[in-house]
Amino acid sequence: MRVALFVTCVNDTLFPDTGRAVVRLLRRLGVEADFPRAQTCCGQMHANTGYRDEAVRLARRSVAALRGYDAVVVPSGSCAAMIREQYPKLAGSSGPFADAAAQVVPKTYELTEFLVDVLGVTDVGAYFPHRVTYHPTCHSLRGIHLGDRPLTLLRQVKGLELAPLPGVEECCGFGGTFALKNADVSAAMCADKVRAVLDTGAEVLCAADNSCLMHIGGMLGRQKSGVRVMHLAEILCATETAGVR
Amino acid sequence: MSVTFLGMPATRPFPRNAAGALRDSQLRFNLRKATRTIRAKRASVVAEAPDWAELREAGRAIKEHTLRNLDRYLVRLEEAVTAAGGHVHWAADAAEANRIVTELVKATGETEVVKVKSMATQEIGLNEALLEHGITAYETDLAELIVQLGDDRPSHILVPAIHRNRAEIREIFAEHMSGWGRPAPENLTDDPAALADAARLHLRERFLKTKVAISGANFAIAETGTLVVLESEGNGRMCLTLPRTLISVVGIEKVLPTWRDLEVFLQLLPRSSTGERMNPYTSMWTGAAEGQEFHLVLLDNGRTGVLADEVGRQALRCIRCSACLNVCPVYERVGGHAYGSVYPGPIGAILTPQLRGMGSELDRSLPYASSLCGACYEVCPVAIDIPSVLVHLRTRARHPWPERAGMAAAGWVFERSGRLARLQRAGGRLRRLTPRGLHRLIPRRLPGPLGGWTDTRDLPEVPEESFRAWWDRTDGGRR
Repeated sequence: MRVALFVTCVNDTLFPDTGRAVVRLLRRLGVEADFPRAQTCCGQMHANTGYRDEAVRLARRSVAALRGYDAVVVPSGSCAAMIREQYPKLAGSSGPFADAAAQVVPKTYELTEFLVDVLGVTDVGAYFPHRVTYHPTCHSLRGIHLGDRPLTLLRQVKGLELAPLPGVEECCGFGGTFALKNADVSAAMCADKVRAVLDTGAEVLCAADNSCLMHIGGMLGRQKSGVRVMHLAEILCATETAGVR
Repeated sequence: MSVTFLGMPATRPFPRNAAGALRDSQLRFNLRKATRTIRAKRASVVAEAPDWAELREAGRAIKEHTLRNLDRYLVRLEEAVTAAGGHVHWAADAAEANRIVTELVKATGETEVVKVKSMATQEIGLNEALLEHGITAYETDLAELIVQLGDDRPSHILVPAIHRNRAEIREIFAEHMSGWGRPAPENLTDDPAALADAARLHLRERFLKTKVAISGANFAIAETGTLVVLESEGNGRMCLTLPRTLISVVGIEKVLPTWRDLEVFLQLLPRSSTGERMNPYTSMWTGAAEGQEFHLVLLDNGRTGVLADEVGRQALRCIRCSACLNVCPVYERVGGHAYGSVYPGPIGAILTPQLRGMGSELDRSLPYASSLCGACYEVCPVAIDIPSVLVHLRTRARHPWPERAGMAAAGWVFERSGRLARLQRAGGRLRRLTPRGLHRLIPRRLPGPLGGWTDTRDLPEVPEESFRAWWDRTDGGRR
């Protein structure tokens, strides 16, 4: 099986630990992922802010970079949702872009989908002795319907104590450029999410999206709350021998 | 071209309106409590309907079909209403609708009308238009009464006074009821039963002496000419049956082809809006009852323009249930007034800019009043894909130049992976060059629109090495 890692521009640039964790985790499970060098950004920021032409250009680039693989793994519910939900609309019904999108879109999986549905694994052999709470980001929850795949994986992690997050389905207020264009509302939503996270007594907040975590974590950090944020992949990658960051 | 009016002037952009609302602790508390209560009620009654997905799909399909054939169904509705002894009027915009209704009321010689809660008449600002001609309109829905007595504006489609709690309502009743009719009893408490009783006594007098009523309608059946109003307090039933003249102002998208179609909507609407299994008062009437005069004013007010937009027109499927407001994290924190229209919340964010156009700063800002979390789409009983319409409308917005420049720059970088790699290297180098103490060189608070982030949140640290640089250096961790 030829597997491509679409690491996403946010992870590539700001959170390389997540990309490294995905590569190591997949290797442990017997999958050598390729990193197609031409990839950059899926175009979600442009698309959702109203810059359709730029989004189409980036989407066209992305499917060109990712076509020809049996599976594309994305460590982001949001970017996976962009590819799966918006690419078919942006690509239209005919032409080379539509053909390429038709190949790539059905083979695109968010990381936990790939683990649970394609590899059929729920125990990835991870060890993470911490109290953790999980925030299902909106696009992984309502966009691509990850369901309980992330929780199923987390429950198998040795040493991990899973704390349920109150108001779990509510948006954290990130929303891409929403966090800048409606900064006050975004902060108000984040304040409530932060309160919910602190109520769990967790040391670590994890999610399938570093963008939302950057937002919630940014406020947790500003408040010196002592709670750190971590992408789900990094928890699943941690083992007794590899050590825990 | 006429300007579409939506009950409120389009003023400041949404983020500025929101900033004020966010500081109002009473508003925040009231909204949080009320939206969460209705949300939970809706969730439980929807969960118990085993065929909800099928009902939702049927609702979507019926509305879609009707909108595609609106010309045909509207004419059929007109014929059926006329055959049943009613009079049908067509209004292109708010001004024409107001003019028609004013003339109709004047013709009765009356100067007072009672009103059933109606979004269409809120939308056209009918009460204010009538007042200019010396006609007083009395709201009879409890929440609309609170809004009217408080000289306030509605902030929710279903619960217009959702921003008020019972202590505030007690004050409004005690202070203002006497100016509009029967005063509130002495020593009025904020006990809900006492408040309802005060309203009941106040309104009862009004029902018994007013000769003209004005309503909207939830549905208008083309096949039979039947109009349908759903309400929970019985005030609608009083207004629809007691007065001698009944005038109903109805948006053209409210038409349904057949009587049978009600089967779907009478299940979808109550569960989605009030969280009830069955609606308490459902009034239906066909044409004029004996001794009664009935006028139907069909209102366009921008709707046919919306129909022309392939993506945006799904907003016209809306049955005004408010489920999207109650579940929206943005609405829950800022309330309805920030949206500058009688249609607030997610549905307002797609309906208002389409009906009114995107000429004002406010209307241009509305499609951005959402984090695109998708909760609205999930609860919509007629499956309006609100996030997709928001994104669609954002492509039509005029963007501020700093944003355009930023987006163009980002697009340029992402166009070639080499450009992205160079930018990442530059970021990493900057970080390496600034030892720990000097790391503060990167400002803690960013300038301009980016300051919105750093006002409340720390920035993530730029890593020394990007993922792609690591991949190249280590051959994907194999070296």
